[in-house]
Amino acid sequence: MRNFCLFLIFLAAFSTFAYAQTDADAIMIPKNYFCGGLMYSNSSWKNYWEGTFKRDNLNIGTLNTNTYNLMANYGILNNLNVLASVPYVTTNASGGTLRGLEGVQDMMLSLKWRILKTNFAKGRFFVYGIGSASLPLSNYQADFMPVAIGSQSKSLMFRCLVDYNVGKYFITGSGEFMQRSLITIDRTSYYTTEEHYTNQVALPNMTNYALRTGYRSSRWIAEAVIENNTTLGGFDIRKNDMPFVSNRMNSTIAGVNFKYSSVRIKGLELTAGGNYVAAGRNVGQSTTIHGGAYYLMNFNKRKS
Amino acid sequence: MKRYLLQALSICLISAAFISCNKSITETNMVYPALAPAKLDLNADTWNPVLITNTNSFTVAAPDAVTSPAYQADLNEIKALQSNITSEQRASINYWSAGAVLRWNEILRELVAKHNLPPYQNDDGSYPAPNSTNPFAYPQFPFSNPPYAARAYAYVSAAQYDALIAAWHFKKQYNRTAPYKNDAGIQALIPKSDLPSYPSEDAVVSGAAVEMMKLLFPTEIAYIEQKAVEQKTYRMLAGANVRGELEAGELLGKQVAAIFAARARADRAGKAIGTPALWKQLEVQTLAKNEQCWVSLELPKRPPMLPLFSKVLPFLFDTLTVVALRPPPPYSTSSAEFKNETDEVLYYSKNATRERQAIVTFWADGVGTYTPPGHWNYLAAQEFVKENYSEIRWARNLALINMAEMDAAIVCWDAKYYYFNPRPCQVNPEIKTLTGVPNFPSYTSGHSNFSYAAATVLSYLLPDRGSKFTDMAHEAAMSRLYGAIHYRSDVEMGMVTGIKVGQFAVKRAQTDGAGN
Repeated sequence: MRNFCLFLIFLAAFSTFAYAQTDADAIMIPKNYFCGGLMYSNSSWKNYWEGTFKRDNLNIGTLNTNTYNLMANYGILNNLNVLASVPYVTTNASGGTLRGLEGVQDMMLSLKWRILKTNFAKGRFFVYGIGSASLPLSNYQADFMPVAIGSQSKSLMFRCLVDYNVGKYFITGSGEFMQRSLITIDRTSYYTTEEHYTNQVALPNMTNYALRTGYRSSRWIAEAVIENNTTLGGFDIRKNDMPFVSNRMNSTIAGVNFKYSSVRIKGLELTAGGNYVAAGRNVGQSTTIHGGAYYLMNFNKRKS
Repeated sequence: MKRYLLQALSICLISAAFISCNKSITETNMVYPALAPAKLDLNADTWNPVLITNTNSFTVAAPDAVTSPAYQADLNEIKALQSNITSEQRASINYWSAGAVLRWNEILRELVAKHNLPPYQNDDGSYPAPNSTNPFAYPQFPFSNPPYAARAYAYVSAAQYDALIAAWHFKKQYNRTAPYKNDAGIQALIPKSDLPSYPSEDAVVSGAAVEMMKLLFPTEIAYIEQKAVEQKTYRMLAGANVRGELEAGELLGKQVAAIFAARARADRAGKAIGTPALWKQLEVQTLAKNEQCWVSLELPKRPPMLPLFSKVLPFLFDTLTVVALRPPPPYSTSSAEFKNETDEVLYYSKNATRERQAIVTFWADGVGTYTPPGHWNYLAAQEFVKENYSEIRWARNLALINMAEMDAAIVCWDAKYYYFNPRPCQVNPEIKTLTGVPNFPSYTSGHSNFSYAAATVLSYLLPDRGSKFTDMAHEAAMSRLYGAIHYRSDVEMGMVTGIKVGQFAVKRAQTDGAGN
């Protein structure tokens, strides 16, 4: 069975969004199957962009973000899966004096629905709709960039995804819109491009476009991914200013992902991959590596 | 296929619902009511000014007679404006009617926040300094750090206060009534007032602010002028002033501010940055006392912030008093007490709670903010809007607070550079901070000085608030220990000097003729 647990990691703020293996792929598990697992990722950056100005900062050194993500995926129907993840995030700056932060970040819940499945030319063509919601699980401090572990946003996401494969080769394209909420911070005024007298911050919405292609068999998956995150609004970090949670954070990320399904232990799946921020604005130029282990269980009654 | 399309459509509709979610925020300063002073303070021409000595030395031409064609033309201008008020103009009336001193204080806070950015380093690791004679070159002038900001708030507030004293003098002399009293065809779109309207107090306030800000924020002249035009238009739209009253007020405000600008040019703030020789000398003289000396914790190492700000001329006392107010020496860096205090900071660094983090962040007022003096201006404004002060009482009370803030900066900077004491995380690198470490010595805490100076003045002005302001000041001061950037004695000695400076302002307030 091909499954690929799906998840979205929301990496620590300022290291931009990075999707390891994601809700942006075209794989589902069948009805009454359950897949659970643990994913680890490390993301680090030394350079970042203040607006379009790229720099390093010895007062930060290298910013490291570690994410431990508990994941689950369940097949409600053959064409409808529900996914959940709960990440624990730690951050650390190797230079300067700022203390890193850690904590349980945002729970993510997704419904993934295969809307269309048809033969087309020599291959097969699929259309998916994926709706997700993310909700902060703890009162972590969002207004302490760049070491904050997240943005505190309650977000709703909707993704349209199309997948086409010929034999074992596939190509998947998707686009996502993310609606982000107001958040409440610990101070009662802040400056963006003007002074605001409120403890609420309107986080601009975002889009994500992803294109992935590669080889997919029942044993192996190997893919290359390129994706773009664009913040619809927000403002640039000025030269030598502190970053802020409502900055315009854009990034173009290139990466590879691998998945191996064990022969010896049926149901065990291992994933690994990495990605790199090739271009960005008001984000760190992160290099991310990740790995995970998952176990797939079949809750269908055995045929007698 | 049709079914799939329907399903896809429904998903799109649901997502459209998400997109249309409203993210509007009502900001606290946008709901202030229109100013309707409880007292006119008609005797304010007798209050003690800060710098001016003789109100008759200013030129305010006699107004046109209300029967003159010139005045009638001015009234017709208002009628034309009022015949077609746009929603944008209504918003402008709502905004400005909260009060001229209040809104100009907010504009100043915004400019402080905008320019509160430490310069980015040169390629060789040195730092460029802002230059007031070439203000647009990077780094733009000014870098409105806390001492700079404290001084800016003080000059603008004090200039506005003196300008209004002069304005009150001429108001009484000419005794012109408001346009809506002279012509039934003119509506009052703000609360009516019996205060004589020539010269316009709003324009006096803006004229003084514009003139001071040319010196303090020279890159913002266009923005400031645009605000002044907006405000004048609002006064006419609201039926509160004719153009002639606004022009006379603006001129008077500028004349008074020129006196403050002349003082500011000569108050030694321009030299506060010091020289490389001085920076070195501070180290040498501290080491000669067998004390560990302050070292910049920024990388590359940044020169200390405004080491000669201690030499700036204070408003509330003389320079000898600055020395007299200097606190006793901090614990020796080799003493057991010093070690204990450093250990306490390490405790707060390692045992941060979410509650303490929130306190640290609330009071941090660091880079890109209106600074601690700006925070206290905001807190004061939040209280003053409930008091229905006249414009001149607004100006007087903010001047008292801001002269105390500036003088607290001078006294605090004197201690910081006299003792040149290292920050906790310099002494023990295990100490990680919950907020940025300011680039100047530790003893005493600026937050403590600023907060207690402001709280002392506010507690005098608003005695019915009880311990509200000192409670807040205590939290602000302690936030620096919780944030692991100050020792307890920095905080506690800063309280002592902050209160002393605040009491100078209280003493002034008790005898300035304004009553409480």
